[in-house]
Amino acid sequence: MRFIFKTDYGQDINLAKHGGHVFWYSALCLLLVAAPWVFSEYLLAQLTFILIYSVVGLGLMVLAGFTGLFSIGHAAFLGVGAYTQAVFTGMGVPFPIALALAGALSAAVGVVVGLPALRVKGIYLGIATLSFGFIVEEVFARWESVTGGNAGKTVGQVNIFGWVADTGASFYFVCLVVTVVCTLAVLNLLRSPTGRAFVAIRDSEISAQSMGIHLAYYKTLSFAISAALAGIGGALYAHQIRFLSPDQFNIIQSIDLLLMVVIGGLGFIHGAFMGAIFLIGLPQAISSVKEFLPSAIGQAPGLKAVIYGAVLIGFVLYEPMGLYGRWLKIRTWFQLFPFYRKGMFKRQKSFQKSDRLK
Amino acid sequence: MSDILLSAKNLTVRFGGVLAVNNVSFDVRQGEVFTLIGPNGAGKTTVFNLISRIYTPTEGEITYLGPQGMIPLSSQPPHKIASLGIARTFQNIELFEHATVLQNLLIGRHTHHRSSLFSEVFFSGKVRQAEIDAREKVEHVIELLDLQHHRDSMVAGLPYGVRKVVELARALCTEPKLLLLDEPSSGLNVEETDDMAFWIHDIKNELGITVLMVEHDMSLVSKVSDRVLAMNQGEVLATGTPREVQTDAAVIEAYLGSVDDVSSLRRDAAKTEVRA
Repeated sequence: MRFIFKTDYGQDINLAKHGGHVFWYSALCLLLVAAPWVFSEYLLAQLTFILIYSVVGLGLMVLAGFTGLFSIGHAAFLGVGAYTQAVFTGMGVPFPIALALAGALSAAVGVVVGLPALRVKGIYLGIATLSFGFIVEEVFARWESVTGGNAGKTVGQVNIFGWVADTGASFYFVCLVVTVVCTLAVLNLLRSPTGRAFVAIRDSEISAQSMGIHLAYYKTLSFAISAALAGIGGALYAHQIRFLSPDQFNIIQSIDLLLMVVIGGLGFIHGAFMGAIFLIGLPQAISSVKEFLPSAIGQAPGLKAVIYGAVLIGFVLYEPMGLYGRWLKIRTWFQLFPFYRKGMFKRQKSFQKSDRLK
Repeated sequence: MSDILLSAKNLTVRFGGVLAVNNVSFDVRQGEVFTLIGPNGAGKTTVFNLISRIYTPTEGEITYLGPQGMIPLSSQPPHKIASLGIARTFQNIELFEHATVLQNLLIGRHTHHRSSLFSEVFFSGKVRQAEIDAREKVEHVIELLDLQHHRDSMVAGLPYGVRKVVELARALCTEPKLLLLDEPSSGLNVEETDDMAFWIHDIKNELGITVLMVEHDMSLVSKVSDRVLAMNQGEVLATGTPREVQTDAAVIEAYLGSVDDVSSLRRDAAKTEVRA
């Protein structure tokens, strides 16, 4: 158990709260930098996918986990980013500029989608974003002159002002840099007034407003940031997959993304990463145990969907704080050994709320 | 009069057929504690919600002494009320549950932040300095209200009495000119209520903040208020010092019923006693 004796405000503000953080995150960075020499080509490609999905997850986490707005159409932003990247790199625009454009265009679309969020809440917002997802998927399929329609569109390699990332390892480093930059940006935002305004809106709109927080502005901003991150993730996704078709950005993808942040742990930045590891890792895990199962189960067509569903139900019922919440509990168990008690993380019953904003 | 901070004129609010507030007028002077009392459903909280612009009056107007003289509050959007210097607490505590006490109080500093989104993403030196300054300001409030122990605890795990204080602290962090307290003592025990009275006193005398509050606990009301306004069924019954209002015939009738009712009750009580 670590006790931190705070002697100046910097200790409150710094990202690394104590030496342990510095040590472990440095170790993680070293591992990630050494990954191309440590892991096989195949594992490295999976790791690249995890990084890409982490960026998208960060975006959704800002929206769902920190602002309390749910989007069931997030694959649409992923798609907007991916197609923007494909079109611009196809025109010969260098990768960093195309990436910025992909993020910016997604953010602009996010603002448009964010506008209904000012009026509708909860399940109705879910329905609005869901329909938006369908509309965008349809646009991808029909706007053939730009997207190539259902025939699909191929995407070139990453070209940064002449330097071409033509190997798995070099593209992995591109993704790593983008992920680290995005993560730091989100962390900085969350420890600033803007991030606190998001949390305030999530926990109580009425008192957020009475503290002077402009609800419409911050909700729209949250949608824009979330969509921008999804767009940046989409741009990387386009380069990784190298071939885009509208059905990659359908409702299943949106649900996968939502599943990712819920299972990772809503309201924790770590949750986005753990969710991404889970989302990419589970299909691998399923296919590796498939051979050992009786063929009636192992070869059943809907096996993956059933396992996903069961895992989600399990998490919602037994671990609403997600994988990160589980990790927190395990860590506390070791830190407090043998004094950990079952009810320590139990949420207290909320007191009655006063009148809500309509 | 030039020392009027907030003035309500002929306020009327209708929710469909319900007349929640009917032709209410009052003035709040700078540096006083002004209390609204009245039975449940009298429209006290509705008046509060009118001031913080959660509702808009059907008729009438509230004017407030802004930096450029008296302005009508109805010209301001709800989120601007805090930056005018009006902060409030809620009857049923509206804290940000899944944040620490410190974060809650820092959200109270929201109207004072000036950083752009861009500088926040890079967490520039200016943003860092602003964060440190905000923490220094917040620390004064933490010290005033004795919240040091709870500084880094999650609100979701705090007992009711402490939450009540945190909410008061959060309102103070906005550095208000006018503080609206909606039933500051509800749900508090005797000692906590005494503390609250003490703090309201300090807020008025040391911080120079005008307080407008809704309260049921008459001992607290008479201890801290300079003037009291009694309401019943959306209408003003009486205004004056706590003593004047407590002895006002209309107020007594609203709380206890008319003299006839009381005497008939007495007769009933006497009969039952005789029988017993």
